Amino acid sequence: MPFALSPERERELQQILERYPTKMAATLPLLHLCQEQNGWISDEVIEFVSQRLDVSTAHVQGVVTFYTLYNRKPVGKHQVWVCRTLPCALRGGYDVLAYCEKKLGVHAGETTPDGKITLRTAECLASCGTGPMMQVDKDYHENLTRERVDAILAKLSE
Amino acid sequence: MLKRTDYLTRTYGKPEGWKLAAYEREYGGYQVAKRLLTTMSREQVVDEAKKANIRGRGGAGFPMGVKWSFMPKVVGAKPHYLVVNADEGEPGTHKDRTLMELNPHAVVEGCIIACYAIGAHVAYIYVRDELHLSKTRLWGAISEAKARGFLGKAPFGKDWEVEVYVHSGAGAYICGEETSMLNSIEGRRGEPRMKPPFPANAGAFGCPTTVNNLETIASVPAAFGLGCDEWSKLSALHTIGDGGVRLYGINGHVKKPGVVELAVGPTFNELIHDIGGGVLGDKAIMCVIPGGSSTPVLRPSETVNAPDPKSPMHPHHGKSVFDVPLGVETMRQCGTMLGTCCVTVIAEGTDPVWCMQNLMQFYGHESCGQCTPCREGSAWLHLVCTKLLDGEATKEELDSLHDIANGIMGNTICAFGEGTAMPALAFLQKFRPEFEAYVKGARKRADAKLTVEPWS
Repeated sequence: MPFALSPERERELQQILERYPTKMAATLPLLHLCQEQNGWISDEVIEFVSQRLDVSTAHVQGVVTFYTLYNRKPVGKHQVWVCRTLPCALRGGYDVLAYCEKKLGVHAGETTPDGKITLRTAECLASCGTGPMMQVDKDYHENLTRERVDAILAKLSE
Repeated sequence: MLKRTDYLTRTYGKPEGWKLAAYEREYGGYQVAKRLLTTMSREQVVDEAKKANIRGRGGAGFPMGVKWSFMPKVVGAKPHYLVVNADEGEPGTHKDRTLMELNPHAVVEGCIIACYAIGAHVAYIYVRDELHLSKTRLWGAISEAKARGFLGKAPFGKDWEVEVYVHSGAGAYICGEETSMLNSIEGRRGEPRMKPPFPANAGAFGCPTTVNNLETIASVPAAFGLGCDEWSKLSALHTIGDGGVRLYGINGHVKKPGVVELAVGPTFNELIHDIGGGVLGDKAIMCVIPGGSSTPVLRPSETVNAPDPKSPMHPHHGKSVFDVPLGVETMRQCGTMLGTCCVTVIAEGTDPVWCMQNLMQFYGHESCGQCTPCREGSAWLHLVCTKLLDGEATKEELDSLHDIANGIMGNTICAFGEGTAMPALAFLQKFRPEFEAYVKGARKRADAKLTVEPWS
């Protein structure tokens, strides 16, 4: 089935298009809008973006595969990103990751069988003074302890 | 001596400090932009800005006023653009985020002044997608400023339209490189462009563009508010063209990590002990990463060698590099870079081979892949470091790390190549015995540590 934006997001797209001198410039913001609605970037989404912005599907596909945050496959309901880069690693980032893997029973990059949580590793999230940290969907959780990780994951599994 | 200031951070910790009401209470709110737009010409603003000696806060340290002056004096057929770099993602850097979250109006006011100075009507603030709170706060500040007529068709009644937009990245460290950022704004893959042409001639959408770091832009209202000369003199290093105050981050193995605002020129020892509260477990320091992972590490045993009285470093001759005031030039003389002024402290007992392997994994993941030496080189650096850690690398493979790193240096379109190779070479040079111990089997991954205390 062809992809279409909700009326509300369609209005948002009109605002986005006004910000730039070219339609192509809306590629990244429009992909974000589509992913917000669809959860991931399907072939239908790529087709839609290409038609709306008058760019080739090859261009859109090129953009989608370049940037880490566009999902080319369906993902869990929640995204848990654990920072693994050095400043967090110096405060226990690898331990946080190992603990999450053990608690959720999945490796980084995998989704729990109930489809609720996708566990992923992140490169530096600009939160080095409050490491170790993780991002859950849009929120940062900083200065993580075992207890805090327990509480965060329990809430997500509800 | 440490000089704590609050030119950028006065709204931090205040109730709803990110709102216009707080910005008006603490700073007078957009009075500086109003004065400049209504009483000064564009040329006067640029000339004055040069006196502030604001060295770019994104890491390269290029003087902001000079960069502004590269823009065409007359706006021709092509519009001018301001691009504000808030793609903060250099490992160890966590300062711009605080400004966006806690003092976004300083950014917006800075955009108005900078747009006027460089002849632009549109500013794009490029924020990495992960920083959702930062984006929300910036959009909030933009809409408050617009409602009051500070942005739009005629800010403060001046016939100089200014619009500010937030543009979201999508998870690519390389987009912090200025030409890659321009491609990303245009809706393309974030691959760096060849220079020349420089952005001041052909930047966003092929038009003249200035790209400034977010903290640089946020400093503009404060510098003009105080008077650019006076602002410059706040710094301990203003005589060598490094002026004002800036944000300093401290992270890694310190007791009190965080971000503070100080006059330019504190030393590592002051930052670590007076601001950071000392090293975790009162350990000795193994090394510091001065300002983001691309800046080569320094060890406390390194000293300044400047016997020539004419050398600008002569006053520090014989001192530990940890007692040299941090500045763009001083750090260059110490064989590293100032970078973003966010210091990562690594305590004695940490495994330097693992540190390097961690960073090389980062660079291997984030290389955009456009230039072969960087794409292949960063991946091989990561692979060989991993083999070393696993006790599977030979001495020849250890030595090959030097060749790989040197093969990247100078052979790539953008500075990502140097940003990968320089820290790699510094780790290899300064921790040779530890690397060799892995080849000989005297060190094992199972015994290697990154944390001071086990995480709990």
